[in-house]
Amino acid sequence: MNILEVRELVKQFPGHRAVDRVSLSIPRGAFFSLLGPSGCGKTTMLRLIAGFEEPDSGEVLLGGENVNSRKPYERNVSTVFQNYALFPHLTVRGNVEFGLRRSRSTDITRRVSEVLELVRLTGKENRRPAELSGGERQRVALARSLVLRPDVLLLDEPMAALDPKLRNQMRLELKAMQRQVGITFLLVTHDQEEALGLSDQLAVMNAGRIEQAGTPREVYLQPRTRFVADFLGAVNWIEGVGVRSEAMRIERTPQPDIRSARGVVEHSAFLGDRLQVLVRMTNGEQAVAHVPRTGPGFEPGEDVHLCWNAADEMRFA
Amino acid sequence: MRRWLAVYAAAFFAFLHLPLVTLAAFSFNSSRFTVWEGFSLDWYRAMFENPQLVEGAWNSAIIALAATAAATVVGTLCAYGLWKRRSPALTGSMYLSLVTPEIVTGISLLALFQWTFRWLDWRLGMHTVILAHVAFSVPYAVIVVLSRLRTMNAGLEEAAMDLGATEWQAFRYVTLPSLIPGIIAAALLALTVSFDDYVITSMVAGVDSETLPMVIYAMARRGASPVINAASALITVVFGLLILISERMREA
Amino acid sequence: MKLRTWFLLPAWLWMAALLAAPMAIVLAYSFLTRGTYGGIEQPWTVESYQRLLDPLYVAIYLRSFAMAAAATAICLVLGFPAALFIARASRRKNFYLQLVLLPFWTSFLVRTYAWLFLLRDTGLINSALLALGIIEQPLPMLYNDGAVLLGLVYGYLPFMVLPIYAVLERMDLTVEEAAADLGARPLSTLFRVTIPIAKPGIVAGCVLVFIPSLGAFLTPDLLGGGQTILIGNLVQNQFTTARDWPFGAAVSVVLMLLVAALVWTFLRRQSESIA
Repeated sequence: MNILEVRELVKQFPGHRAVDRVSLSIPRGAFFSLLGPSGCGKTTMLRLIAGFEEPDSGEVLLGGENVNSRKPYERNVSTVFQNYALFPHLTVRGNVEFGLRRSRSTDITRRVSEVLELVRLTGKENRRPAELSGGERQRVALARSLVLRPDVLLLDEPMAALDPKLRNQMRLELKAMQRQVGITFLLVTHDQEEALGLSDQLAVMNAGRIEQAGTPREVYLQPRTRFVADFLGAVNWIEGVGVRSEAMRIERTPQPDIRSARGVVEHSAFLGDRLQVLVRMTNGEQAVAHVPRTGPGFEPGEDVHLCWNAADEMRFA
Repeated sequence: MRRWLAVYAAAFFAFLHLPLVTLAAFSFNSSRFTVWEGFSLDWYRAMFENPQLVEGAWNSAIIALAATAAATVVGTLCAYGLWKRRSPALTGSMYLSLVTPEIVTGISLLALFQWTFRWLDWRLGMHTVILAHVAFSVPYAVIVVLSRLRTMNAGLEEAAMDLGATEWQAFRYVTLPSLIPGIIAAALLALTVSFDDYVITSMVAGVDSETLPMVIYAMARRGASPVINAASALITVVFGLLILISERMREA
Repeated sequence: MKLRTWFLLPAWLWMAALLAAPMAIVLAYSFLTRGTYGGIEQPWTVESYQRLLDPLYVAIYLRSFAMAAAATAICLVLGFPAALFIARASRRKNFYLQLVLLPFWTSFLVRTYAWLFLLRDTGLINSALLALGIIEQPLPMLYNDGAVLLGLVYGYLPFMVLPIYAVLERMDLTVEEAAADLGARPLSTLFRVTIPIAKPGIVAGCVLVFIPSLGAFLTPDLLGGGQTILIGNLVQNQFTTARDWPFGAAVSVVLMLLVAALVWTFLRRQSESIA
C-alpha cells in the first residue's frame, strides 16, 4: 500500500508556481528521494506534506486519508530540518523526548535509549546542542523524529551542512538505519549521487513538475527527458544526441563500425579513480570522456577519435 | 494565535499612548473640567503667561544646554578612549551611575555640594544643577557614542597612522567625521534626559534655579490643572521630535 | 602619553568628583550623627544603621520590594506578548518598536502626570464612569498603592519589552516549526520552546524594571500622595523635611547595596550562561 500519495498538488506563490500539478506515490517502507536543482519546488513539496503550507489544489493522502486540512502537529509525519532546528535550551535527551509527552515515563526512557543507540549517540544524553558536532546534531534530529515512529520521515537536504567526508559516511549509516527501522523515508536533495545511492525510488523535479519517477537505474539509464539525462551524471551533447561521458572511449586510430567523432585533446586530468579527458571536436564542440586510468594516457594536442556505441545514445524530442 | 496576538498588541499600544493623547487632547479643552466643552488655546496662552513656568523653562533650557555641551564632550572623549582601550573601572562607573536610583544620586550630590560649601562661598544654584546634570548625563553620552564607534572599523585609524598621521590627526580626520551623527545623537539624548529630570534637580537646586519640571511638579502636587496639560503636550512634542532626530542620527 | 589616555582624563575627573566623592561622603555621613540644627556632627556611630532594624523601616523596605516585584511581574505578563508580536511582525518591526519607544522617550514626569490626570476624582475615567451611570460616586483611584503600581508599570514597561524583543528577534524560527512537527500545539510550543529560549531576555527585562522600581521616588510621591512611603520617599524625606542626613545616608547605603547585589548576581548569571 502506498503510505504517502500526492495527487495533482498545486502551490502558487505570488509570481511563480512552486508546485505545478505534482502526483507521487510512495510505497510503505521505501527510501524515496525527490531530486532537483535549487528552486525546483522540492522543499515546498516537503512543507506541503509536513503541513507547513496548504495546497491551493490537489490532495495529500497519508495512509489513504486526506490530510490537507490537518496542521503539522496533527499529522503522523516528522521532519528533519536542514539546519536540524534542535532546541538549544534542552539536552539531547530533552530534544529526543520532546514529542513523547503523552506516554508513560518508563516507556519514554526506554524508547529514548533505544533510538539513541540506533543513531549511536548513547552516552551523550546530557549534552546540549551547542556542545555537539554537526554530525552529532544531525543524529539528534534523526533520533528526535524517529522516536515518534512516524508514517513518513521527511529529510530536507540532511547532508548539506556536513563536510564531504562525513557526508559519505552518513549516507551509508542513513541507509542502514532506514532498513533497520523500516520507516518510509522521503529525502529531498539536489545532490544526484546522494539520491541515486540512497533511494529505492526517486523522482526528478524541475520548475514545479515531476520530470520522471522510477528506480535509480531506470532514471539514469533510460531518462525520459533531456533535463533528467543532463541532471544525472555527465552528458555530452553532440549535434542533439546525448552520450554519457563514461560511455565514451578514446582511440588513436579510426574505428569503422561504431559511432565516432574526431577531435583534439585539450586537457587530461587524473581524478584518482578515472581519467577525465577534455576533447575539442572538429565541429567546435567540447566533449568530456571518462576513461579507465589504467589505459594509455593522453597529451594535450593529440589527435584522437571519440567512440561510443549507438545503443548508448540518448535522443529526446 | 497570531490574531489574538495582534488584538493584544493593539490594546497594548493603546494603553501606552492613550494617556498621553488624552492629556494632549484635553489641553485644548476650553473648560477646566474633564468634560469636553470646545476647542480652545486658552491654556496654552495661560502657560506662556505664567511667570513661574516661563522662568522654569528658561532655566531648564540654560541648564540643559550647558550640561549637554559638557557631558557630550566628556562622553565623546571617554567613549573614544574606551574604544581604544578597555577600562573596567570607567565602564563599571558608567553602569553604576545608570543603575543608581535617582534619589540616591540626588542626595549624594547634595551632600557633596554642602560639603564643598564649607570651603567655597557658594550656595545651591544654577551651577550646582548644571554640575549635577553633567554627573548623570555623561554615561548616556558615552553609551551612544561608544555604540556608534563599535560599528566603525578600528583599522582605518591604524591605516592612517601607517601613512604618517599622528594619533590626533587620525582621530580628527578619520574617525571624528564619521562620528558626528553619533555625537549629535548623544547630545540630543543628553538634552532630553537633562530637561526631563526632576528628582536630582529638586535636591540640588536653589531658590533662584527652579526648573520647568520642578514648577510642573509643584503645580501637580496641588492638583491637576489644564495648564499642566498644555505644558505636558508641548514638552511631549518637543521631546518626541528631539528623539526622532536623534534616532535618525544614530542610523545615519 | 597616548591620545586615548588624555581623552579619558575628563571622564576620570567626572568619576572622581561627581560619582566617587559623593558616594564616599554619603557613606561617611551614614556613620555620623545628626546635628541639633540638622547638620552633620561627630561622633562616629552605627546608630543610623541600628535604627534601620526598627520594624517600621523594615516594613518600608519590604513594601518597596513587594511593590517592585509586583511591578516587575505585571510588566512581564504585559510585556512578553507585546515583544512577541513585534518580533514576529514580518515587515513593520521597526515601526512597532518605535511605537513602544516613543512614549518612553518623552518626559517621565509627563507620563506619570498623565495618570494623575486620568485617575483623580474629577479625572477622565471617573467622569466617564459617572456620565455612563456605572457609578454614583467617584472611585478613589488615586493616592493609593494601586495608582503607584500602575505608574511604575506604565513607566518601565518598555524596559521589559526591549530585551525580550531582542532575544526573540534573533531566535531561529524553524525551532518553532520543529516543535509543531513533533506534535506540539501552538500554546504548548509557546511555553515549552519560545519562552524558555527567551529566558535571557526575560531576566534582563526583570532586572531593568525591578531596580528602578525599588528606588522609585517620583511615582510614589506624585501618585501615592504621601500614602505610599517607599525607600525613595524615605530617603528624600530625611534629606529635606526630617533633616536627618545620617539616617537618610544609611537608608541610601543599604539601598545601593541591594541594587549592587542584584546587578552583580545578574551579571554573574549572564557570564555563566555565555560560558
